[in-house]
This record gives sequence, structure tokens and C-alpha cells, in this order.
Amino acid sequence: MQLNYLHAFIQITKHEIKIILRSRFTWITPLVFYIMVVCLFPLAIGHDQTLLANMAPGVIWVAALLATIISMGHVFRNDFDEGYLDLLLVSTYPLSLLALTKITSHWISHGLPLILISPLLGLLLNLNTEELCALIFTLLLGTPVLSLIGAIGAALTVTVRSNGLLLPMLMIPFYIPVLIFGTGIMIMTHNHEPVIAYYAMMGAFVLLSLVFAPLLTGQALKIGASG
Amino acid sequence: MFKKLLSPYAFYNHTTPLVPWILAGFMLCFSYGIFAGLFIAPADYQQGDGFRIIYVHVPSAFTAMLIYFTMAICAMITLIWRVKITAICMSCSAPMGAWFTLLALITGSIWGKPMWGTWWIWDARLTSVLILLFIYLGFIALQSVIDDVQTRDRATSIITIVGIINLPIIHYSVVWWSTLHQGPTISKLSAPSIALSMLYPLLAMIAAFILFYVLIVMIRMRNQILLREIETAWVRKVAMTL
Repeated sequence: MQLNYLHAFIQITKHEIKIILRSRFTWITPLVFYIMVVCLFPLAIGHDQTLLANMAPGVIWVAALLATIISMGHVFRNDFDEGYLDLLLVSTYPLSLLALTKITSHWISHGLPLILISPLLGLLLNLNTEELCALIFTLLLGTPVLSLIGAIGAALTVTVRSNGLLLPMLMIPFYIPVLIFGTGIMIMTHNHEPVIAYYAMMGAFVLLSLVFAPLLTGQALKIGASG
Repeated sequence: MFKKLLSPYAFYNHTTPLVPWILAGFMLCFSYGIFAGLFIAPADYQQGDGFRIIYVHVPSAFTAMLIYFTMAICAMITLIWRVKITAICMSCSAPMGAWFTLLALITGSIWGKPMWGTWWIWDARLTSVLILLFIYLGFIALQSVIDDVQTRDRATSIITIVGIINLPIIHYSVVWWSTLHQGPTISKLSAPSIALSMLYPLLAMIAAFILFYVLIVMIRMRNQILLREIETAWVRKVAMTL
């Protein structure tokens, strides 16, 4: 049988997204968490509009980062429990491809809703149009990186019980570069400085993690399943 | 032949006579370094006697990074050749790396208070050492929750390798971040050249810290080997002779 990687990739991704969308709780919870965390800050800090606008990049980015890493825990868990993961592991397709399908479906079901809701949150935090565009662009480049890197940790901890906080603890240090550049771009946009080089760096992060993360995730899944 | 040398049994046998020698080397370097550093080296013309914390701070920071590098090499060997001894070395090194990193942060902050006037600044170097501590803690957390030995060894190897790919990226992004966000930063302690009478004790202390790491990691590895190989005949024989 001829192996058609692209076809397999699209089919499995479609299948995964369908499963995630059917269990609404899975993808709505991180989204609500994201909105709630952002809304906590004006309540805690006060409603000074300029202060809020200054803090907005950091607040929104940290909330998006936390929502992503928390939702990451589910990515391989159900499949592992039901034995579907073992089935994927014995299939003839390379593990990195299968890891990439899981990551893609996670990003489409969790990352995209985050991006779509973020202009609303930006308005709540008093961002202007230019900054809202920067917010969407940085999240568009940044959330795939969050999903890709997080998947390595999710695969490593797939066999571990009661790991609610283990995964964030393990992966948050590796999220720091993308956080720095994501918020950096927004701050520089606010100050009307040239940002194109920083977008290029974010693009480099996407490409770099796109190369390494599926490979390492695949290896990690193999280790977890064989153990 | 090479593989035999890397077996836990061979490691245990070959390191038995080494332990006292390493201990002696450590004591020699440490006693010279601490004595010369505290009493013989002249006081700094700007910082007075306050600079003497360098004899703990720099060696611990250096050793903390050296340990992570060692762990990364061990992780690659473990993943590629499935060698047991490197996995043991990696798992025994991690807590020591975390302690040395913490020591570097604490001594650095004690040094920073009189010299910079603050316990902590979000300087690039300080921040990346803090992140190194977080990475160590993540490693230790992952290690402590996986029960199966082989799964644990290989999973921690992967996270170590992710760390070594990321460390330069984290470091440089933090450097850029602190130049992006900070205004005129407090200038680093200007010490373009260091007097030889200050340098020799420092080198001795660095050697002492490395020897201390080697010594403790060796003892920890020997214990770990006995624990892991507890079912084998040679461990029973060792236990009888104790």
C-alpha cells in the first residue's frame, strides 16, 4: 500500500478535531479560563486606563500561555487511556507525523479560539487598533509554538497520574523566549518602533519548533507507551 | 570491551579506590582556596572585603552550568546507546545542579545588596540563571513522578535535551529582553583585569567545587547502582563484605 502522508495527516487531523469539538467541555474550559484570568487583572489593579493599556500585552500573553499549557494535558491522555495511542504507535506512519496531527488539531481547537477572542479582551484592556493588530499577529505566530513545545511535555507526562501542575512546571521555562518576543513586539508597537526583525524572530521560533517538537514528541510517546 | 567498562558493576569496582583521592584533592584545593581567598588576597580597591564572596559565587555558578552540560551529554548517550551508567549520572547530578544554582543566586543576591544597592535586578544574567533553576526543578519533578526506571531515564533524557536546545535561545532572548525593556542599566562591576593573588584562589575554588561535585555525584551514583542492581549476585557479595 502506498503511504500518502499528506492524506493521512489531513484525515487524522479532521478526525481529532471532530472528537475535540464534540466534547465541548474540553475546548471551552481553557477559553473561559483565559478570559477569566485577563478579567482578574483590572479587578486587582484598578481601572486606570493607561496603566491597563501598558499592562495589557503581558497580561494577555501570560493568560494565553497558561491556558495553553493547562489544556495541553488532555492532548494524549484520553488516547492513552483508551488504547488509541498504541494503535497509532503500531501504524506504519512515522511517529513525528502522528505527533504533528495531534499538535495541529490542538492548535486549531484551542489556539485559534484564543486568538479570535483576544481582540475583545484587548478592547477591555484599552488597546488601540494598531496594538490589537499586533496582538493578533503575535498570538498567531506564538500560539503554534506554545502548542508545539507543550506537546513534548504532554507526551512525556502521559503515563503520569495526578500531574495537574507537573506539566506547567516542566514546560513554562521553555515558553519564556516566545513570551519575551510576543510582549516585546506589542510594547514596541505601542512606542511606534520598527518591529519587523522581531516578527522574523517569532517566525524562526515557529520553524525551529516545527522541526524539533514533533520529532521529540514522537520519541517521548514511544517511551511512554513502551514503559 | 568498552561496553563492559560502562557496566554498573565495573563502574562500582573502578571508583572504589578513586573516592579517597578525589576527597583529598578537594580538601587540598578547598583549604588553599578558602584561606588564600579570605586572608591572603588583597582587598578590592572599590569593594573592600565585600568582593571576597566571589570565591563562593563564581565557582557555584560555574559548576551549576557545568553540571547541566554534563547532564546533556549523559542524556544523549543514554538515548542513543541505552547506557545505564550515564542515566544514573544524570539523575544523580540534577539535585546537585539545582543546589549549586540556588547557591549562586543566593550568594549573588547577598553580593548585590551592598554593591548594587538591591537584592535583585532583572538583569539578563540573573534572569537566565533563575530560569536554569526552574529547568532543574522541572527535571527533578518529572524524575520523581515516573516509577518505571527505564521510562524515567529516557523521559528525563528527552527533557534534558530539550533544555540544552533551549538554553542558548532562552539566554539570548533574555539578553535582548533586558536591553529592550531596561533603561540605563546598572553597569557591571568593572574588573578588566584581576590581580594574580586574587585569581589563583579563585581558580582553586573552582577546582574545589568541581571536585566536590565529582565526589558527591560518584558517591550518589554508587548508592544508586547498589539500589538498582539489588537483585544481582555481586551486590549481595558487596553487602556481605560491608
